Amino acid sequence: MQKPFTRTYLNKKGFAYTAGASFLVISMLLGISIGSVSIPVRAIVNIIGSEIFRLQGEGIDPMHASIVMEIRLPRVLLAGLVGASLAIAGAAFQGLLRNPLADPYTLGISSGASIGAVITLFFGISLPVAGAFTLPVLSILFAFGTVLFVLFFARKVDRLLKVETIILTGIILSSFLGSFISLMIALSGEELRQIIGWLLGSVSMRGWEYIKIILPFFIIGLLILLTNTRELNAMSFGEERAQHLGVNVERRKLLILLSGSLLTGSAVAVSGTIGFVGLVIPHLARTIWGPDHRHLLPLSILIGSGFLILADLVSRTVIAPSELPIGVITALIGAPVFALILMKNRKERSAG
Amino acid sequence: MITVKDLTGGYAGGEVLKSISFEVGKGELFGILGPNGSGKTTLLKMISGALNSREGLIELDGRPLIQYSPKQLARMMAVLPQHADQAFPYTVKETVSLGRYAHQKSWFNSWNDEDEQIVQKVMKQTGIVHLEEKSIVELSGGEKQRVFLAQALAQQPKILLLDEPTNHLDLSFQKELLDLLKKWAAEAELTVVSIFHDLNLASLYCDRLLLMENGEVLIVDTPLEVLKEERIRKVYKTEIKNHPHPEIARPQLLLVPETDSTAQVKIDERFLEISKERIVLQTPLKMRTMSSGITGAGIGWHRSFVNRIVPMDYDCSDHKAEMADYLDSYGFQPGETVGMMTAVPADTACYRLFENEAHSIFVIVSAGSTHRDRPRNINTWLFINGRISEEAFIQSAMTAAEAKASVLQELEASVVSSGVHSAGISTDSICIAATQQGELISYAGTATPLGKLISEGIYSTTKEAIMKYREMQTTLIRRN
Repeated sequence: MQKPFTRTYLNKKGFAYTAGASFLVISMLLGISIGSVSIPVRAIVNIIGSEIFRLQGEGIDPMHASIVMEIRLPRVLLAGLVGASLAIAGAAFQGLLRNPLADPYTLGISSGASIGAVITLFFGISLPVAGAFTLPVLSILFAFGTVLFVLFFARKVDRLLKVETIILTGIILSSFLGSFISLMIALSGEELRQIIGWLLGSVSMRGWEYIKIILPFFIIGLLILLTNTRELNAMSFGEERAQHLGVNVERRKLLILLSGSLLTGSAVAVSGTIGFVGLVIPHLARTIWGPDHRHLLPLSILIGSGFLILADLVSRTVIAPSELPIGVITALIGAPVFALILMKNRKERSAG
Repeated sequence: MITVKDLTGGYAGGEVLKSISFEVGKGELFGILGPNGSGKTTLLKMISGALNSREGLIELDGRPLIQYSPKQLARMMAVLPQHADQAFPYTVKETVSLGRYAHQKSWFNSWNDEDEQIVQKVMKQTGIVHLEEKSIVELSGGEKQRVFLAQALAQQPKILLLDEPTNHLDLSFQKELLDLLKKWAAEAELTVVSIFHDLNLASLYCDRLLLMENGEVLIVDTPLEVLKEERIRKVYKTEIKNHPHPEIARPQLLLVPETDSTAQVKIDERFLEISKERIVLQTPLKMRTMSSGITGAGIGWHRSFVNRIVPMDYDCSDHKAEMADYLDSYGFQPGETVGMMTAVPADTACYRLFENEAHSIFVIVSAGSTHRDRPRNINTWLFINGRISEEAFIQSAMTAAEAKASVLQELEASVVSSGVHSAGISTDSICIAATQQGELISYAGTATPLGKLISEGIYSTTKEAIMKYREMQTTLIRRN
């Protein structure tokens, strides 16, 4: 297995990116094409060509054009961005915490974002400047606040900011915030359905405005994480080891945690809590292509976005005309897949 | 290369290190020793920058440690961890390549030819090239250790810190690793600072040792000075014996297990068996012996003692092998036996138990001495019922030789025919064996009680044996 493996090493990475990108493009086309009105792929290409790249399109059905441009394309893009954000944040947290079971939820970030959203819904708050975007803005602020609190608290407990302390603090805070959410659900009457629906997650009827909200956070978080891939590699051997290899551990750790919470917070803000993407996708990518974060992060983006687009497609077609919450779909697919991966890994480890 | 001054500190809530000072020179192999909890690992962590000190100063290459940026520090110093986390299955090459992190300028031009060459070089040096594409979680402990050593070397450090590097390694890998370190220290002027659990390995390989106790430096010196029996016994609170290495001039320490020494053994004629073919003494326990026979010569532990009677014309080119075969054929284990040869008839051998208030020895001598043109042959066995030191072994041999010499002088002066009889070509052998039970007897010179007993015993037994032999010869001549 060794010699040919070495020779095809570069090709293998090239193949990985090709496969990942194809998966994403196919998912996008399927996501735009399938629905109550079916739109052929050729028409999609024509519409996007003429509307976005200002090419001369021929024979474009105006109804198709409006469905693609106003409903399906933003929905698919939003699902893709949310999936990418959750997957890359998950990959980064797993590397940083050296734990393949870690994800944005472990650190309490998702709970923090949720509580911001639930408070908005429960009290019917509307901030003066944010207006309709009160919910996403508060979500991101709460996610940020949560991560700051976790770091502050963990630092109080242990000056060296050990990974174990961070995880424990995150879990404690997560359950604390979770009980608050339950309390508000119990007290709510009118808003109950709205809150539950939001908690289960959805990317429907959000439009281009939500893409504008998530995009800047996505780009910032992405850039920071992609410039820290070698540091993530070093830190997955333990923080002390990373320090001995020359990594400025404290600073890098803070950067990775902050950008990860930025990505998670903005994703939760626009779509609610969608579980398992941040856990399963990086795990899957690592199993197939290896743990090197220089490739793991970009590949997680491709697979994560494609996966969430498909999950959204299923959620809106399986019991059409009604929709399932997308979080239900990801959990239904993600949990068994994750269990399978876990079992396979355990078997390999005990066999080796 | 490394200067540590008044280093004090430790973990929160307790000072582990108290005012530690020492220096390590360039290209030195420096060992840190000490019992568990003495602060070795804390000291190493402070030097590596993983733990801050409360007071004191650490300088690397003349520059304070705190002035180094993490990357500068990694280019100056590498650390081989005792065990590293491997949460994910990186390949061996990916793992080693991480060692180049501190040398890489930016994210964009991350990997160049130089990096690749160095990674290939260190993988070759540590013998892991064939594992290149294997995942590190599949490797054995020894292989993993070599991968992380390669990673540390890829940093091209001037200083290498190691925490018990030979842990989990096979004997041959331990030697291989330390031989490599020694070579690098000498050739590439790599300064190596390592914690050792194994005092003997440290003694074999280190230029200097630092011995710690309760967070303080007890002594920094050469292995010969540091590994004194008394000092180690006190620091480690255990019974040990210092014994020099047989091949090189380094001290080696041996553990002495608790023994069930209730059954005291006294060697006397009960264990002796004399036949026409051989004189045999078999002891119930192994005796510490120093002997100059054919089998089991030198220093060792033996339980069977055989003085084989051979014909006058015995001649064999490989008498050692022939003797071993002989012992084997009569059911003696050659590895447990001190074997000698003589042409002197067995029935002229004399033996006696000598005792005073404190000591007891058993002496057996077979002697033939009057044939002028034949080499003299006196085989002496001296069994000491007691525990004696190595000095005492040597002194016993001297005392016995002196006693024998005075017998010969006395007897031969009275034999006119012998004329000027120097010792001639002597084929004499001696075996001194001690039960090593009871109180330690340090000295056995002629002035000590044990020495006096030996002197008396050897003198009278040798004299008796020679007389008996002469008597027999005379009887034989008369009969003819």
